[in-house]
Amino acid sequence: MSAPQARTKRKFGRPLNFKRGVIELSHGSGGRAMAQLIDELFTRSLSNPWLEQGNDQACLELPAGRVAMTTDSYVISPLFFPGGDIGSLAVHGTINDIAMSGARPLHLSAGFILEAGFPLRDLRRIVDSMAAAARAAEVAVVTGDTKVVERGKADGVFINTSGIGVVPEGLQLSGNLARPGDRILINGTIGDHGVAVMSKRAELDFEVSVESDSAALHDLVRVMVSAVPQMRCLRDPTRGGVATTLNEIARQSGVGMTLEEAAIPIKPEVAAVCELLGLDPLYVANEGKLIAICPPQYAQALLTAMTRHPLGRRSAVIGEVAADQPHFVRMHTAFGGSRVVDWLSGEQLPRIC
Amino acid sequence: MKYIDEYRDGVAARGVAEQIILEAKPDRVYNLMEFCGGHTHAIYRYGVQDLLPDNVNMIHGPGCPVCVLPIGRLDMALSLADRDGITVCTYGDMLRVPGSGGRSLLQAKAEGADIRMVYSAADALKLARQHREQQVVFFAIGFETTTPPTAVAIQGAQAQDLDNFTVFCNHVLTPSAIANILESPDVRELGTVPIDGFLGPAHVSVVIGSQPYEFFAREYHKPVIISGFEPLDVLQSILMLIRQLNCGRAEVENQYIRAVSRHGNLKAKRMVAEVFELRRQFEWRGLGVVPYSALRIKNRFAKFDAEVRFDLSYTPAKEHNGCECGAILRGVLQPIDCKLFGTACTPETPMGSCMVSSEGACAAHYIYGRYQAAAGTA
Amino acid sequence: MCLAIPARVTRMLDDDCAIIELDGVQKEISLALVDDVAVGDYVIVHVGYALGKLDPAEAQKTLELVRAMSLVTDDTTPL
Ligand code: SF4
Repeated sequence: MSAPQARTKRKFGRPLNFKRGVIELSHGSGGRAMAQLIDELFTRSLSNPWLEQGNDQACLELPAGRVAMTTDSYVISPLFFPGGDIGSLAVHGTINDIAMSGARPLHLSAGFILEAGFPLRDLRRIVDSMAAAARAAEVAVVTGDTKVVERGKADGVFINTSGIGVVPEGLQLSGNLARPGDRILINGTIGDHGVAVMSKRAELDFEVSVESDSAALHDLVRVMVSAVPQMRCLRDPTRGGVATTLNEIARQSGVGMTLEEAAIPIKPEVAAVCELLGLDPLYVANEGKLIAICPPQYAQALLTAMTRHPLGRRSAVIGEVAADQPHFVRMHTAFGGSRVVDWLSGEQLPRIC
Repeated sequence: MKYIDEYRDGVAARGVAEQIILEAKPDRVYNLMEFCGGHTHAIYRYGVQDLLPDNVNMIHGPGCPVCVLPIGRLDMALSLADRDGITVCTYGDMLRVPGSGGRSLLQAKAEGADIRMVYSAADALKLARQHREQQVVFFAIGFETTTPPTAVAIQGAQAQDLDNFTVFCNHVLTPSAIANILESPDVRELGTVPIDGFLGPAHVSVVIGSQPYEFFAREYHKPVIISGFEPLDVLQSILMLIRQLNCGRAEVENQYIRAVSRHGNLKAKRMVAEVFELRRQFEWRGLGVVPYSALRIKNRFAKFDAEVRFDLSYTPAKEHNGCECGAILRGVLQPIDCKLFGTACTPETPMGSCMVSSEGACAAHYIYGRYQAAAGTA
Repeated sequence: MCLAIPARVTRMLDDDCAIIELDGVQKEISLALVDDVAVGDYVIVHVGYALGKLDPAEAQKTLELVRAMSLVTDDTTPL
């Protein structure tokens, strides 16, 4: 890694100033400044054979099987939050979208939209975090793109990542396969990511030590798939939270669902923030959680496999699929009544009443 | 969470619920109104209705300040937000409510208006202090609970001699609305909905105390139980109401005694009285014009009154004439009796006040309770 | 209506302000509307203001009353 560094220094004269430098329009204009940014930051940090070739595309050899492909764009404020940042999030989120098909994620692409004036130091922090997340997940960022927009036309950094992976043979996971009687499982506490991000928003002004659950779930998925290949469906409850994901699956599969409120894992701090702001944790975002649906006779085996994995310690069976014509997700409340868990209408905003 | 979780305990709930079934006389119906959206929310969110026998009916009253704010007042806030140099601050609850033509504050913000969500009136004041070049208007809504903080903010603005902070005051009063419901011709003359008793407000009463409700018990012979907002509070209060009704009593009882006294918070009441005075009348969405039911900023503080500074005037906006909110708020109809419910009128596209916030009767029914009708279960 | 939460005062600040705590969450609130609040007290918090104090003895009594009301379950062990 030291060789390219020495080379780039010679190539561009003065190296990028990561202490005080900022993104300028020239960093996106295709000229020397852009080449330098790519060399001294992106290629160096994300280093892998494909990027180092310096081509506009990566040519990949894929193992046999069905290929899963996905894309997602990341816009988040603040860019850095407890437990992660937009860089690691952009890797985890896309890996997870691939992993929910049961596929092993292999390669990612990354597109950056940068706002002029954005500090190079922060950008380096984001790219380094992205690289660390990709390395830990054994996935390579094989191709990328950078654009710069004028100041005021973006919010610091926007990132788009796409990814591909290969689905193991014979595995069929899909949102339309849930059947009445199936069990619904989750791999841990809900709402951690949303609350961690909110805690850093100036206008809400509270202190809490909850970290985002942002994590790559493909290894957990691998373990789950090998324990219970009969699983019907996996999905990550990100924006809109668990409530939205379950409603999506209920509609796709043409079934209803019944949740047990008391069984849903939640950290006390997350519950407390939701209480203060008048939010329902079922609608708060997660970035390291998955919902699994499996036939009842395999639920125990699946739960055991999940609990043994570091990302599934607090896994739980939270409900079951019901033959419910109107496709409602219902919940038995811990209080002893029941209610509908509806789709989110609009964005969830803090309430005073 | 101490003092919260205990009051959500399912085992205790079952005990009280069994007692209600035991004590509610099967040969009569109990029509009980919970005035507050907070109770409505608890009833739906925790499924309290499922624990009640069929002859105990909960009627969901108008106690949600977002729901009862007339469109015309929201339009005034929108017109302010559209002016250059003005920042409108308000609570998150107001942002999504559609004004005339379906335009909400969120939409105005998307179109470029400077609208900020604040968690507290103090945040709006802080913003004004930090941006002296900008006119900051705090769009204040709420009942007696939310009024004292607004009073503190106005007094703070005066102490700091801020000339760029004003309040667009929409604070309304609970007892006048209860009186209006009891005085409505439906109830008094036609007697179509004999409301038998009330669950009285929790946090409004922390401020005003239990004393103002004594009038209703006396004049209208209706029992009132001041009730906390946790589901066990609600259930216990329902049992207390049933007990009063069974022996023909009509008194004010205080279930939320851990936070409510007879006279309330004297300091808060004093600060409110220093800053605000009664409006002769105010329009409530769903109830119509209610005399002496709202507050305005006193002359002494006119400098901080957005209606004065920006010369705002009120034009009532037309409501959809299929909307049955008035009848629903009085217990004459149920949400599902409205032709628009769930079709033209949903939480995404509310046509009437009861659908505007999740505390409104129609929205709560839509969001939490719909399956009961759809699946035919009770 | 009027979302308000009981929370414990953990630290007094200048200007009639205080820090409250609710299960690991800290928030600064104003005490401008209440008198005689001390560290350790529970206050009812609404839009960043304490509206009143919570009386722990009365809170306890309410729970006992609930238990007394439901005599039916007293002799059956909860599930
Ligand atoms: S469903 Fe909509 S239109 Fe009908 S009464 Fe309720 S709020 Fe009004």
